[in-house]
Amino acid sequence: MKAMLAGFAATIVIAIAANFGLAEIGFSAQDRYSSDSVRLD
Amino acid sequence: MLRMALALVLSLLLTTTVAQADEVTSTSAPDRSATGGATTLEDIMARQRGETVDDSYRRDNTGDASADPGAAQLGTLGGASDPELWRALRYGSADVTTAARNSGATTLVQDGGMWWLNFREGPLVTYGGWLLLGTIGALILFYLTRGKIAIDEPMTGRTVTRFKFIERFAHWVLGGSFILLGFTGLFVLMGRLFIAPYLGKDFNSTLLTASKLIHNNVAWAFILGLVMVLVMWVWHNIPDRTDIKWFAQFGGIIGKNHPPAKKFNGGQKIIFWSVIVFGGSIAVSGVSLLFPYELPLFAKTFAFLNDIGAPGWVGMSPLPISLSPQEEMQFAQLWHAIMAFVLMAIVLAHIYIGSVGMQGAYDAMGTGEVDEAWAHQHHSIWLDEELVKRGDPPRDAKPEKVTPAE
Repeated sequence: MKAMLAGFAATIVIAIAANFGLAEIGFSAQDRYSSDSVRLD
Repeated sequence: MLRMALALVLSLLLTTTVAQADEVTSTSAPDRSATGGATTLEDIMARQRGETVDDSYRRDNTGDASADPGAAQLGTLGGASDPELWRALRYGSADVTTAARNSGATTLVQDGGMWWLNFREGPLVTYGGWLLLGTIGALILFYLTRGKIAIDEPMTGRTVTRFKFIERFAHWVLGGSFILLGFTGLFVLMGRLFIAPYLGKDFNSTLLTASKLIHNNVAWAFILGLVMVLVMWVWHNIPDRTDIKWFAQFGGIIGKNHPPAKKFNGGQKIIFWSVIVFGGSIAVSGVSLLFPYELPLFAKTFAFLNDIGAPGWVGMSPLPISLSPQEEMQFAQLWHAIMAFVLMAIVLAHIYIGSVGMQGAYDAMGTGEVDEAWAHQHHSIWLDEELVKRGDPPRDAKPEKVTPAE
């Protein structure tokens, strides 16, 4: 049961880290789809 | 190689629509003198009848500046006319520049999306949905007729460790993420058809926005889980001789026999390789979808299949090898969904047998400890190995040869 809960917790942590991490390193859609001269929020 | 094989199956599903795009039904050029070479009523009627119309008279009619060099000085469009420019935009041959930095942005009009939309809302949803409902129905029927697979021997009270913590952790990362991905994927695919009409478009919109966020990010956990189980279990899942006997006796699922098995029996090996093959394919096409246009898979795959003549084996015309960026994504989406439907159906059976379908099976992934009686019934060879490891006598040990007293 502990392994199951740990697995589910890890899934949530990975998902949150992926969401913010990818945006942080420039993999958001707006970053990828605009040239350097475009001002993003 | 796997990718190629998978692409072939997909292309079979899409034969009619894709092949039609490249075929010309009429060999003789129709008379268009009445319209000065433009679209005729017959062209329009043929298209409305669903026939394939040779559109090269429009597709290729996008101006030729070299034909009249002096025309370049005539106006802002040079030797081209507005209709020629619009035709070039329509067929994707115009020289488009854009500030958006993705390869799909320069394709302003692409009609390759219509068959995809029809396939996605039609056969994909219909057959995919029935596959899942049919599987659930079959499992219910099986439960009602066969019932729970019980442990025949009396429980011993002694347990052996079936799966270590890290194995169970990886299993639940994979399983938990797959269930989340399955539900959110189904919502995204079917929400507009089956949720919005009943619960409203606002609810559907909110649900699908959240689903997309969850689906895109939980994907990484699924990939991690997939790699972990592959590394930890692949050696235990190499097919061997015991599997033949296992399948010959239907794994004890039908009938009363309980064939010997190692750590994973034949049925579990089927599940394992299904997860690896289908899950791997889902992961690869999913990553292609996560980074749109950057990891196209299908044009190269189709080119390879054409080169080896694969479409001809089943009487198909060559597959399209010039795909717009959007068409690449459409193929990836369909492939992703088809593979996911198949794996969901398989995993439903896995969940059934691991929970209500078999007494004691859940413990293996719950606490990791299984009763020796359960282990003896379902994994007798593995149990003996474990018993020997801890210094106990094996359950199925054949009596040693007795050496006569001297």
